[in-house]
Amino acid sequence: MNGPSHGKLVRKLVLLAVGMFGFGFAMWPLYNVFCDLTGLGGRGVKVVESAGELQKSDRQVKIRFDATVNSGLPWIFEAKEKSTMVSLGEMTEATYMAMNPGNEAIVGQAIYNVTPPEASLYFVKTECFCFTEQVLQANETREMPVYYFIQPDLPEHIKEITLSYTFFRNESANAVALATARETDSE
Amino acid sequence: MSIESHDIAHDDHHDHKPSGFLDRWLYTTNHKDIGTLYLVFSLLMFFIGGSMAMVIRAELFMPGLQLVEPEFFNQMTTMHALIMVFGAVMPAWVGFANWMIPMMIGAPDMALPRMNNWSFWILPFAFTMLLSTLFMDSGGPAAGWTLYPPLSLQGGQSFAFVVFAVHMMGISSIMGSINVIATILNMRAPGMTLLKMPLFVWTWLITAFLLIAVMPVLAGAVTMLLTDHFFGTSFFNAAGGGDPVMFQHIFWFFGHPEVYIMILPAFGVVSEIIPTFSRKPLFGYTAMVYATASIAFLSFIVWAHHMFTVGMPLTGELFFMYATMLIAVPTGVKVFNWVSTMWQGSMTFETPMLFAIGFVVLFTIGGLSGLMLAMAAADLQYHDTYFVVAHFHYVLVPGSVFALMAGAYYWLPKWTGHMYSEKWGKIHFWVSAISVNILFFPQHYLGLAGMPRRIPDYSTQFADFNMISSIGGFIFGASQLIFVGVIVHCVYKSRQVATGRVWEGAKGLEWTLSSPPPYHSFNTPPVIDSTTIAHVEEAH
Repeated sequence: MNGPSHGKLVRKLVLLAVGMFGFGFAMWPLYNVFCDLTGLGGRGVKVVESAGELQKSDRQVKIRFDATVNSGLPWIFEAKEKSTMVSLGEMTEATYMAMNPGNEAIVGQAIYNVTPPEASLYFVKTECFCFTEQVLQANETREMPVYYFIQPDLPEHIKEITLSYTFFRNESANAVALATARETDSE
Repeated sequence: MSIESHDIAHDDHHDHKPSGFLDRWLYTTNHKDIGTLYLVFSLLMFFIGGSMAMVIRAELFMPGLQLVEPEFFNQMTTMHALIMVFGAVMPAWVGFANWMIPMMIGAPDMALPRMNNWSFWILPFAFTMLLSTLFMDSGGPAAGWTLYPPLSLQGGQSFAFVVFAVHMMGISSIMGSINVIATILNMRAPGMTLLKMPLFVWTWLITAFLLIAVMPVLAGAVTMLLTDHFFGTSFFNAAGGGDPVMFQHIFWFFGHPEVYIMILPAFGVVSEIIPTFSRKPLFGYTAMVYATASIAFLSFIVWAHHMFTVGMPLTGELFFMYATMLIAVPTGVKVFNWVSTMWQGSMTFETPMLFAIGFVVLFTIGGLSGLMLAMAAADLQYHDTYFVVAHFHYVLVPGSVFALMAGAYYWLPKWTGHMYSEKWGKIHFWVSAISVNILFFPQHYLGLAGMPRRIPDYSTQFADFNMISSIGGFIFGASQLIFVGVIVHCVYKSRQVATGRVWEGAKGLEWTLSSPPPYHSFNTPPVIDSTTIAHVEEAH
């Protein structure tokens, strides 16, 4: 009947399907950009090399520290202090403690999160143990510092901010470490 | 000259079916044969998925662990859902589309008959792969049909089979949809304008667009799970900087339109059946078309109501809550129109009509519990409880599945040329309608009392309602055997010959053909006038 005209329509529909397959993957960068812009997910923290001249403000907010270890990682991990009062615009150090009670070295990776998510947009870090993977030798305990400040333009309604870390086992790094260890053994 | 006599005369000497069994079924490009294949396949899957539901209800008959290991229970809940959604309901609707759309719009066949054959024949392979995981060392998928990471990523090697099976189902659905759209847009008989099409055709046109828009998104999501599981990517792996919540967003961007994919053709079938047995034209035909389109549009902007508990900002919760509640408006229009069609009609209650009325009543109950779940504040309590299970089973079982039954009884005489047993059809309806309520209604109370879904054991306070629900489940499961009996009897044994019109009040092109219709129908396009089309917009 309308033989030739099917081709045109079918091509368009196939293109739509392929486009939507791509859209599924495009969600990944789009989601990240959206979260960075809005702070949703509490991952909008800025990282700077050095803080520069800071405008210190009289306003103080309470910062709470939370520490979690993923069940795949046999470490003990906690914040040195539960909470602290911080002046806006003031460079501050927070310390976490991590311990590997096991008999072998393990590579871990900390992932952070700020609550309320909106506050993450005003949270600036200059240094953090979460920037790189962390190796703890057998029975090693280590202090892990974070240097951060809160921008003075933090919205008035935010009185309390929680900084939370979860330590995960870094599977790929552990595989590499294990392979290296075996090579050293065999030498 | 009447269309009927013309077609029979024309087709008598063109009505040769391929003779060999393989030639007839494996190589077939005939829309009626492929429709039959889809329907038989989906009925088989309905029983496989149903037997899994029986395992679930048997384990939940009493508190404590009696029959199966918790791991196997989880595989049963997951597989039951995957099989029922992708293996039973969706292919059944494609089967109806194949059989009915060409006959309803006066086309000789589907637009792309060879692709049609392929769309069907990859399905048995997809489901063989999916079911084979149950016999593998690491077992079948057990993280729920939603496949949420990180849990779904903690399964074994068999996960790859699940992902590829989902890919194949997706390809099948997309090809089927392309075929449906090409058929409807290009092959309507002259004079069959878009706004003269039967509503079943309209709802399928919209469903097909939904399928093409969202099945590829699911394919993308499961591909990302696959690479996270086997190739070290971190799309959803928090340890590597990914975000498991993002999976939920992508999944439900597919998942919400998906639930309308399963219900829109049901709306279409019910809109065909109610006017026939009310002997009145459908009330508000144009409103029905626009309501269907609105529901389809809204389905794209409500996905996050499945994830109110992930820690969304208040603005997000409010947006998704109001958008979800908005869907009640076009759905309400539909229910209003069905009831208005019946109003002051000369109604009779043959089996298809009973199932259609059962659909309207029970689907509305499911719709109302959906409105309760839409309220973000209340959803925090209902989330992941049996209230959700009760809700979606009300819209899927006495919703979609009842509409499938209604459609099967309605067109079975047309397809086979014989009348089914009205007595047994009615028994099937009443046993199903009563047992489905015994099965799912108590689950509302279980959910409100806080019983979580997908758990093989429960606190003794939930014992009574679970036992009632299981008894309802066993009766409902067994009553579907009546359905098989009625079909087998109708196809092989029934001596009561069906007329072309079959039902006194039936309108539409398919009823102008003989019963069963010739193997090749409408090789010459039929003449369209107000007596042959299904719905005539009443002048008010």
